[in-house]
Amino acid sequence: MLFASRSFCCRGVKAYQLRTDLLSRSIKLSASATMAFRHKNTRRIEGIDSNVWVEFTKVAADPSIVNLGQGLPDISPPSYVKEELAKAAAVDRLNQYTRGFGHPSLVKALSQVYERVCGREIDPLTDILVTVGAYGSLFSTIQALIEEGDEVIIIEPFYDCYEPMVKMAGAKPVFIPLRYKNGGNPASSADWVLDPAELATKFNSKTKAIILNTPHNPIGKVFTREELQVIADLCIKYDTLCISDEVYEWLVYKGNKHIKIATLPGMWERTITIGSAGKTYSVTGWKLGWSIGPQNLIKHLQVVHQNTLYTCPTPLQEALAQAFWIDYKRMDDPDCYFYSLSRELESKRDRMAQLLQEAGLKPVIPDGGYFMIVDVSALNVDLSDGDEKQPYDYEFVKWMIKSKKLSAIPLSAFCGPETKRQFEKYIRFCFIKKDSTLDAAEVILKNWNKQPA
Amino acid sequence: LSLSLQAKMSRPVQARRLEGIDKNVWVEFVKLAATYSTVNLGQGFPDFPPPDFLKEAFVRALSGENHMLHQYTRAFGHPPLVKILAQYFGKLLGRDLDPMTNVMVTVGAYQALFCCFQAFVDEGDEVIIIEPFFDCYEPMVKMAGGMPVFVPLRPKAPKDGKLMSSADWQLDPAELASKFSERTKAIVLNSPNNPLGKVFSRGELELIADLCVKHDVLCISDEVYEWLVYDGKEHIRIASLQGMWDRTVIIGSAGKTFSATGWKVGWTVGPNRLLQHLRTVHQNSVYHCATVAQEAVAQGFQRELELYGKPESYFIQLPKELQQKRDWLVQSLDAVGMKPIVPEGTYFLVADISEFKSDVPDVPDSDEPYDSRFAKWMVKNKGLAAIPLSAFYCGAHKNNYNHFIRFCFAKEEATLKAANDILQKWKLEKTSP
Repeated sequence: MLFASRSFCCRGVKAYQLRTDLLSRSIKLSASATMAFRHKNTRRIEGIDSNVWVEFTKVAADPSIVNLGQGLPDISPPSYVKEELAKAAAVDRLNQYTRGFGHPSLVKALSQVYERVCGREIDPLTDILVTVGAYGSLFSTIQALIEEGDEVIIIEPFYDCYEPMVKMAGAKPVFIPLRYKNGGNPASSADWVLDPAELATKFNSKTKAIILNTPHNPIGKVFTREELQVIADLCIKYDTLCISDEVYEWLVYKGNKHIKIATLPGMWERTITIGSAGKTYSVTGWKLGWSIGPQNLIKHLQVVHQNTLYTCPTPLQEALAQAFWIDYKRMDDPDCYFYSLSRELESKRDRMAQLLQEAGLKPVIPDGGYFMIVDVSALNVDLSDGDEKQPYDYEFVKWMIKSKKLSAIPLSAFCGPETKRQFEKYIRFCFIKKDSTLDAAEVILKNWNKQPA
Repeated sequence: LSLSLQAKMSRPVQARRLEGIDKNVWVEFVKLAATYSTVNLGQGFPDFPPPDFLKEAFVRALSGENHMLHQYTRAFGHPPLVKILAQYFGKLLGRDLDPMTNVMVTVGAYQALFCCFQAFVDEGDEVIIIEPFFDCYEPMVKMAGGMPVFVPLRPKAPKDGKLMSSADWQLDPAELASKFSERTKAIVLNSPNNPLGKVFSRGELELIADLCVKHDVLCISDEVYEWLVYDGKEHIRIASLQGMWDRTVIIGSAGKTFSATGWKVGWTVGPNRLLQHLRTVHQNSVYHCATVAQEAVAQGFQRELELYGKPESYFIQLPKELQQKRDWLVQSLDAVGMKPIVPEGTYFLVADISEFKSDVPDVPDSDEPYDSRFAKWMVKNKGLAAIPLSAFYCGAHKNNYNHFIRFCFAKEEATLKAANDILQKWKLEKTSP
């Protein structure tokens, strides 16, 4: 018996809750009627079922909330990108399967763009794998090259999926935090650094890989050549791989340069560099990413890919290829989207920073990426009657969503167990938002102290 | 260098889970078809477009006012899509489905299969696979550390004068029962079956269901060809049988349903206590699926729900068209002496090429199965691409049925005509001195 169809039209959370309650009751009834059910999850997914996004994106889905939490643009992708997708979808053949490891025109375009950036030859068929988002590249890389007995170094704070992915591969994550080096005023992402001596202690003969994220999410740090050299030296000394998540590679602000660790001596042969169409073209919903590296590593990622989802969607890949050709041709031109987006975001960054400073907060100004972290201690919000087991920033964000109608992401979501308390006064804002969204945020921040806590 | 570092450097760089799963028949045959074929009846995809209503929905989604359709949607499935899937499959199964917990969208049915094996198969678990099988089941089970256990469909001789049907390939009940052990975690069912086109009957499904219930085994039910059934046959969903809903994950595919294989939109339907684990795998592997295609597929299903059972329904029109194409190809093959096994479903057809063996002499002690060599020779010399049946058998059984090749008939009339021309010419060459 089906429920009345109106419950499907209603988008309120209540309707779903009602249905879930009724369903779970019916499950309990049928479960008691059948024999004991022994099928639980496999060991590989033990303990990795919870996920910060599932929790916070649900809460922020309410349209009355100004959403600066999850990292997705609410600005439109460039029109030529959408046009290319329409063109691709009109070609019959492009609605059917394409080459598993990456649509030919796309891997060709990627090889051209990255040959130019890296200054080396990149074979489109053997040195590139197209994946479902950079997320898919991270998964393919870790499944291909990491296993039980391995250790993988993760720099904190980290994009949250690194830890569960390493665990799912049976390996041990080894954490090292970026530490705040008291320097200039206001605080910059450049002030957050690795201690080279501390980093060296994390490497040993079991270390299979280190995961690098530059520009860095959530802090926005753009690792300098010197900082990359420290990491590279250790990778070479310990014969370690480097998984370099560079999805924000084009989003670097004035005075900074994105450097690919794979271009440092001795690093190409041990590095997988990961990129993202979603972040490059403001199309996170296209879920296309890529891994670039030497054939003897990429071939293993390709094996994972052919045994997990085999091929990525065709029309999206074709459209992306065409968009890349358009921008490849103007890589010497300031109008190239890779640079124009960066300029657009820099002014949003500056505006975001100003809003937070005027509210009495101390944001960490990012050198890259589209996130900004801020210490909320100065707001003195008393949450002592909340859940003591939850870090302060989790409670703070939940409270802020409820009472201020503004969302962010708690920084402890990006930390390993030892470091959560270190970062629990920080929250992360996303600023790749249209002006009206930032205007709405401004109103909330300006009125912060006028409303009762 | 320390000894342990030396040891590390001499180890292979790749993880052990990749052992034995690096080969893939498609990589080779797709390349051969691309290089040599003039008529490609090999890899399974239509050479006709998706229906207009679906293409229009895609264009509306990508160019509409709501540019947020180019951004992340809900990770476990775009709300309009999971809602309509819950509605549609709820109707088919006679069950109330919660779109949030009983449905999960995946990157094609392929990724749905991957999630199932990763979620449920641990080291040492056995998974029963019915041969011939869609080739990815075996490496996926191995990658999850499981042990595939094979049981073949065995051909029964057709009645005198009749062409063999996919229905003539059957499981031996006693043999099937012997494959279930304490270590059996799951059985993979594919109905309608690729490559044979077999549509499992109610009796055959009950046989499998009884064993699943008796041994408390999960059923991973790959039903991507669910709409492609011919001759008035019914596709029966094993999850609707007694005791099966609680232990079955149903897998479907927009690619096959709507002739849009390049969109890579698939789904799983099942009880929350199974799907929750698929969600865990999904959120730790790809996390989101592309939004625009999901929006378009949702609209496609909305249209189909409104036209349910009516002659204009794509789910009624497509099998009708494909049945004609099937009959056409059956005729073509029969006329030249290749013996087709008439499929009850899917868009694949397997034919016995024994009468053409003289063209490709046997090579004793060859590692390669005969049909594989035959298919390669055929594409290079005749320009006609097909896939050897041995591709759908495990290594140990590749020579059990090595004189069959699989054709895909989801092709325009012109393509099938061209195939017929090649076959006719070939036959003439064989019979003339």
